[in-house]
Amino acid sequence: MEPKTLFDKIWDSHVVKSQPGYPDVLYIDRHFIHEVTSPQAFAGLRRRGLPVFRPHRTVATADHNVPTKDQHLPIKDALSRMQVETLTKNCADFGIELYGLGHPYQGIVHVIGPELGITQPGMTIVCGDSHTSTHGAFGTIAFGIGTSEVEQVLATQCILQYKPKRMKIEVNGSLGKGVTAKDIILYIISKISAGGATGYFVEYAGSAIRSLSMEGRMTICNMSIEMGARGGLIAPDQTTFDYLQGRLFAPKEEAWEKALAYWKTLYSDPDAPFDRILTFDASDIEPMITYGTNPGMGIKITDRIPTAEELSNPAEILSFRKALQYMGLCEGQPIQGQKVDYVFIGSCTNSRIEDLRLVASIVKGKKKAPHVEVWVIPGSQQVSKQAQAEGLDRIFTEAGFEWRGAGCSACLGMNEDKIPAGKYCISTSNRNFEGRQGPGARTFLASPLSAAAAALKGYITDVREML
Amino acid sequence: MRKFTTLVSRAVPLPVENIDTDQIVPARFLKATTREGFGENLFRDWRYHPDGTPKADFVLNNPLYKGEILVTGKNFGCGSSREHAAWALADYGFRAVVSSFFADIFKNNALNNGILPVVVTDEFLKKIFAAIEADPQTLIEINLAQQTITLLAHSLQESFDINPYKKTCLLNGYDDIDYLLSLKTEIETYEQLHGK
Repeated sequence: MEPKTLFDKIWDSHVVKSQPGYPDVLYIDRHFIHEVTSPQAFAGLRRRGLPVFRPHRTVATADHNVPTKDQHLPIKDALSRMQVETLTKNCADFGIELYGLGHPYQGIVHVIGPELGITQPGMTIVCGDSHTSTHGAFGTIAFGIGTSEVEQVLATQCILQYKPKRMKIEVNGSLGKGVTAKDIILYIISKISAGGATGYFVEYAGSAIRSLSMEGRMTICNMSIEMGARGGLIAPDQTTFDYLQGRLFAPKEEAWEKALAYWKTLYSDPDAPFDRILTFDASDIEPMITYGTNPGMGIKITDRIPTAEELSNPAEILSFRKALQYMGLCEGQPIQGQKVDYVFIGSCTNSRIEDLRLVASIVKGKKKAPHVEVWVIPGSQQVSKQAQAEGLDRIFTEAGFEWRGAGCSACLGMNEDKIPAGKYCISTSNRNFEGRQGPGARTFLASPLSAAAAALKGYITDVREML
Repeated sequence: MRKFTTLVSRAVPLPVENIDTDQIVPARFLKATTREGFGENLFRDWRYHPDGTPKADFVLNNPLYKGEILVTGKNFGCGSSREHAAWALADYGFRAVVSSFFADIFKNNALNNGILPVVVTDEFLKKIFAAIEADPQTLIEINLAQQTITLLAHSLQESFDINPYKKTCLLNGYDDIDYLLSLKTEIETYEQLHGK
């Protein structure tokens, strides 16, 4: 048998049809939908008079366009309310399970799939959201799709895809104090740029990746798309199995044993062919932060912003200057000491219970800087409940942070939670694009630890000095 | 889907790299439940001041530049998977986007909406920008059957790649869903064989 990568093993076992000149027809095991990218897909089904082919393979939640305050009240914004109500109607009409606002399982789609045990190794998973790559942490082929493709999956449980190239990114060695999964992925993206993995599906490997919890692995895979990768995955291991065992929709008893036997075959064979291999040393990674308007514009928090002369590619000078102008920052300026106005702790990248525990570990018994507004948005109702059981919510509120309901919140400037124009926000989310957190908002992407440190100091600071 | 065969048009130059889909259409305009009307919010925050007045220095507000072809810097369409970005470009009137490379999800979304993403070399991209800068009336021909893009006045031509399946779909106006629906028996057989 020829050696195969993990990616090829999963892909090949999901090909319904493959013929020269055509994209592969790929069977999809799990399909997640939300209120923003699904209504036009359902409208398409109605126009064509089609049912949903396999309704039990699709799960819905409302996350992007929901408020995080007063979630028990009707949504104030008429268009947002209409969009969420449209999802409810579509799910009822087409027989799809919905964990909508108010449901105990509601939350960010990429938080609830794993925590409910819906996401399992070896699956193919799609969703009309680019951060679907998150589910790759479980050893799945998971990627974001457009609405036309959502319609195709609803209608046929399949999608047309050309097989991407395979990249392996190895991170070896031990992580330093105060360095988290978020810092690893921001470091990788800063090295290979926001488009550096376009056309590839990435497998993350190496001892530093292996040492991460499932939550850390989800943070890594989540941001695969920020370097252009179609997705990212990590071979399942005992950490994965321990996380899944006992979860609501995870297999039970005999089915568990059978699943486990299969999951244990999910790894890249020795000498499996990758189109590109990159290797990094964990000891080179320090707490990271972005200074610009794409996730590739990242530096060590102890560094200064580069100057135009220092850029490796002169073609990027125009974009670099445009980014600094938008951010109101100067070439060569140290990033530490930069004042922040807002701190956003949340999003599908960093809103899980471990993220909140990390934040609480720094914040406990302290107060936020007076001028800073701090929002903590749990990724799901389940995360929220767990945090309350552990008393984390009290640590946050006593520090002067706002503790809110579950949703995508200020990650994307769509719902009520937006950062005002010109204001600086250190954010645990995944995108620092112009206007991403609201028109004119200026975003610094960083880890939950770095965000917590900035919340206390009121400016960007090296969290390691507080540990 | 609308067919795409040959297009001869002037082009709108936007020489910025890494244009993400949040710039193409910001999230706060994604609340609609239909596909229509996104064109008015295309490049919203680059195109308009917060009070809704046009920004004079943005290319879509410059009467010198018109056309159904958008020419942009590399990694166009990165970021969010929102198909609204493709709908906004189509609704505004663009039928092709030219760049040295595109983000994967955007490329699929564009193709599914009859917009042709044309990948050219960095050198050819520079030549297009230079030609439009010298003469905003510059005409570009995109011939899908031949897979060529031509700067007509300069007789400069380059070939571009497109996968044969998508080419057939665009030339004939076929949707992916029609092809997938035709495979229903094969999908059911796969499910049975694999215990799905």
